[in-house]
Amino acid sequence: MEPILFAIFGAISVGGAIMVVTRRHPMTSALYLILTLFAVAALFALRQAHFLAVIQVIVYAGAVVVLFIFVIMLINVPESRLPMERLTGLRFLGVTAAGLLILESALVARRFVMAGTPATDSGSVEAVGRALFTDYLLAFELTSVLLLAAVIGAIVLAKRKI
Amino acid sequence: MMEPSAYLLLSGILFGIGVAGVVARKNVLIILMSVEIMLNAVNVAFIAVGSYLGDATGSVFAFMVMTVAAAEAAVGLAILIAVYRLKETIDITELSVLKW
Repeated sequence: MEPILFAIFGAISVGGAIMVVTRRHPMTSALYLILTLFAVAALFALRQAHFLAVIQVIVYAGAVVVLFIFVIMLINVPESRLPMERLTGLRFLGVTAAGLLILESALVARRFVMAGTPATDSGSVEAVGRALFTDYLLAFELTSVLLLAAVIGAIVLAKRKI
Repeated sequence: MMEPSAYLLLSGILFGIGVAGVVARKNVLIILMSVEIMLNAVNVAFIAVGSYLGDATGSVFAFMVMTVAAAEAAVGLAILIAVYRLKETIDITELSVLKW
């Protein structure tokens, strides 16, 4: 059962990602990004990481992409003034490099054999919370400082007059 | 539970698509969205291996990546708004002031 669901949600996420990268209008890309993020959240839930699946939907699809959409609507570049995308030589090389990166990762993934002890409840809210507030407490506190810095930075940068 | 190899391949594919988006697009908003795709690909890898090994560390690190990605998206978009007010364009080739 898991391989079938993985194939479905994997295909949706890859298809959504390709559509994000190739659309002309950024609003269309943002909506396909939501689709991709939902498919990735489904993959998280498939791996029994339920906490991260919910956080992905709430934070990523529900806050970050909404922020993107706000900025797209705020900037509101008309259709005629969107950048003209031409496939120049350097950009084609870049896309080829990305394709080689994918091939390389395929080789790495093939040789990745692990001896694991699955079937433990490590993705639940309780398990993640326990790890987050005991072993990784310093990192957790530092992310709060990081978020404070990001909020201050974003407000200062986007103000009209400081 | 499945072996994580297929998930790692998927992570590599998503990452490659994100890289292609960053390199090949001129619209700054789409570049930022491609960076989000790359960060999501990393999260897929973290969760896949972490859940296979039965360790909550994978989930914790994915949580951290998500936090940093949200902060970076906010600041990046604020920079974009500030630059747009100045230069009236979102074309990355026109926003480049470095010599090369």
